[in-house]
Amino acid sequence: MLEIRGLSKIFGGLRALDGASLDVAEGTIAGLIGPNGAGKTTLFAALTGFLVPDEGSVRLRDEDITGRPPHLICRRGMVRTFQITQPFAHLSVRENIMVGAYLHTPDRALASARAEAIAQQVGMAELLERTASGLTLAGRKRLELARALATQPRLLLLDEVMAGLNPPEIDELIPVIQGIRTSGVTVFLIEHVMQAVMSLAENVYVLSYGKIIAQGAPRQLAADPIVIEAYLGHGAAKRMAASAHA
Amino acid sequence: MNWKIPAALLAAALAYPFIFRSNFAINFGVLVLFYALIGQAWNIAGGYAGQLSFGHAVFFGTGAYCSTILQLKLGWNPWPGLAAAAGAGALVGALIAALSFRFGLRGSYFALITLAFAEVFRILTNAVEFTGGGLGLLIPLKRGAANFQFAERIGFYYAILALAALSIGIAIWLKRSRFGAQLAAIRENEDAARALGIDTYREKVKVMALSGALCALGGSFYAQYYLYIDPTVVFGLDKSAEMLLVAMIGGTGTVYGPLIGSLLLTLVGEVTRANTEAQGLSLIIYGSLLILIIGFLPNGLVELFKLRWRRKARA
Repeated sequence: MLEIRGLSKIFGGLRALDGASLDVAEGTIAGLIGPNGAGKTTLFAALTGFLVPDEGSVRLRDEDITGRPPHLICRRGMVRTFQITQPFAHLSVRENIMVGAYLHTPDRALASARAEAIAQQVGMAELLERTASGLTLAGRKRLELARALATQPRLLLLDEVMAGLNPPEIDELIPVIQGIRTSGVTVFLIEHVMQAVMSLAENVYVLSYGKIIAQGAPRQLAADPIVIEAYLGHGAAKRMAASAHA
Repeated sequence: MNWKIPAALLAAALAYPFIFRSNFAINFGVLVLFYALIGQAWNIAGGYAGQLSFGHAVFFGTGAYCSTILQLKLGWNPWPGLAAAAGAGALVGALIAALSFRFGLRGSYFALITLAFAEVFRILTNAVEFTGGGLGLLIPLKRGAANFQFAERIGFYYAILALAALSIGIAIWLKRSRFGAQLAAIRENEDAARALGIDTYREKVKVMALSGALCALGGSFYAQYYLYIDPTVVFGLDKSAEMLLVAMIGGTGTVYGPLIGSLLLTLVGEVTRANTEAQGLSLIIYGSLLILIIGFLPNGLVELFKLRWRRKARA
């Protein structure tokens, strides 16, 4: 579905992405984790055309989309959400979702019906006529998800949709994302909430200083000394192992 | 969709000259509709799409000069001249938008560049020969509907009514169409709009062309109504500010805001001008009123109506 090869993005002297390569297989939920500042959001921005990568290539469904503008990438079937939610604040939830639905139909009634169906799917059907600016954080996160889904993507990039939610809200959202995958949409998510990563992703990549340093099933990664050191610092893995033995 | 409001407004506007027959009243009606038209032109770009412009006079002047020059130099009839003016307005709108948005100008930078374009056009028309320079252009008197110079003012009234109705019709269509929804998305959050597959550059160029065309229609009408134009009047900052004020006072991004704003501002303008002796007093009243409205109804006079509707809906 998605093939990233040697992707680099340089800001002045900083290599925010440093030759990152990874694959997301069709029909799966893949995760991207990494310490703060590792370059996760930069990677998403470079995939979706918000940043033009300096090196490397991005292939979506066997088509090179490196450096294409965001709207064309969205039309090819890859859509992102924003970590800091970007609602159309003065529009209603319905109107927000309709903007996404209008990508594939000029018909107002059809777009509106699709918005309703998607609101149902993400559990915000009662909020359709609310103004987006009045939503709670959990509501705004769902709205990000709903708007992106309305564009009928093949691949959905979720940038920390769980961040800032309380545990019951996270528990509600996990089955929603599983449902999206079941409906045939491949999901690639950045997530700090480990509970979500563990229960959702089959394959997880770890990004640190712009490089992919590890890959595998989530449980296997949690015990990987390289991953532990990336998060907790040099020598941390050894100390943890020592204290476990003691 | 509730068609009662536009139908009732149209009926009232059609009947108006039969109820108020005086020249003053009909001239007043013409002015209200004229400012409603150019206010709506501004509103479609500034209110619907959020592309605030301080220089919409550039389109107004383009329209005025286009139809006038075609008449004087090439002997065109002003009616096809009106259509040509709309085309010229659309072209200038698309050109300015393409240049500004290609280089990523947004917000106040875009507002300033439009102001600069209007000033450049004003200075150029002042400087070159075929626009008549600073003296302006005088359209020779040839009364008759065929020449877009109605013998009776009522003819002008219905002409501007048709144009204003067209602009309101477009505003209603925008509220209900994909194009309008995409413009609202661009206004609210351009990055999110791009992420959702909207070609923001193209849509912004399109809306500026549409807005420019409508504004140029107003300019061409102005030339026919007064039969005289000069660079300061049609390209001046005053015209840009008038359009913007009409939309802002009434309510930006709304269908009827420009009409309501135009009604109030024209009323205040005419009444104070007619009834005050001291020079400049009318401007002081005008200015104070603007401050009050902006202070207490920052979303425009439309708010008043919305409150009433909401109260009625609850009762």
